[in-house]
Amino acid sequence: MKFAVIVFPGSNCDIDCYKAVEDTIGQPVDYVWHTATDLSSYDAILVPGGFSYGDYLRCGAIARFAPVMNEVIKAAEQGKFVLGICNGFQVLTEAGLLPGALLRNNSMKFRCHSALLEVVNNNTVFTNQYSQGEIIDIPIAHGEGNYYCDDETLAQLKANNQIVFRYKAGANPNGSLEDIAGISNERGNVVGMMPHPERAVNQLLGSEDGKRMFTSILNAWREQHGAAVNG
Amino acid sequence: MKATVYVTIKQNVLDPQGSAVQGALHSMGFDEVGKVRIGKYLELELNTTDRAEAESRLKAMCEKLLANTVVEDYRFELEG
Repeated sequence: MKFAVIVFPGSNCDIDCYKAVEDTIGQPVDYVWHTATDLSSYDAILVPGGFSYGDYLRCGAIARFAPVMNEVIKAAEQGKFVLGICNGFQVLTEAGLLPGALLRNNSMKFRCHSALLEVVNNNTVFTNQYSQGEIIDIPIAHGEGNYYCDDETLAQLKANNQIVFRYKAGANPNGSLEDIAGISNERGNVVGMMPHPERAVNQLLGSEDGKRMFTSILNAWREQHGAAVNG
Repeated sequence: MKATVYVTIKQNVLDPQGSAVQGALHSMGFDEVGKVRIGKYLELELNTTDRAEAESRLKAMCEKLLANTVVEDYRFELEG
């Protein structure tokens, strides 16, 4: 299974994503520059955190028009796995691959600390190694992670089981609607989340709860491709 | 031709920056201040003399890039 880590000018979690893939599941992974126009050889695409294009205008607003984004949209349409983390989540909402938007944190502060998340949907490509309702410890680092969508969209998210992660009740760090920390598209092959699983892949980093996101992805891919399932 | 674009957060969407500024103004004694909303102001120079075309192109710019219509409203003025 082959991974791409998209690199925009201003991405700063690209190396963490790359190393997380190497260290957790040992699959081939490449950095792919924002000018790339072909992602056909990749099975999963990681859109990493950072401050793409300086977050000018709005977070993700300019990155969304980078040449590589046409290919990310194409890959998503083909059913390939796309995971946007932090700034990557913002880019995916701007690109219309995920509904809603990320607003300024209600505290007006950049929040950088570990956060407890509830796995709301473990029936996804990205979360099949977690138990339903499991509480996991994944760090956050963002100033604009306050998820918002209108009532109609929220009803759809709930009806289709698209809320993947919530901040633990009473510990919402940014004011996001219904404590939402991560969502998927309707098909379930695109997920965006503000917390950073790639920063939680070893106890030395304070938590290894993020590891299973990567093993989930590999498992899902192997199941789809009839290969042996990773234990 | 010069265009001025105003991008504001939709009325039903929380504006944490506006709320923080409102709080600061209140703590300074400006008690008359009600709701505060913060938006963006953009000046664009357009290399065209066709007003109708400028308007439709500006609308496209706003919809595609300058505003995120999920959470923001926009309006613009054309001069010259």
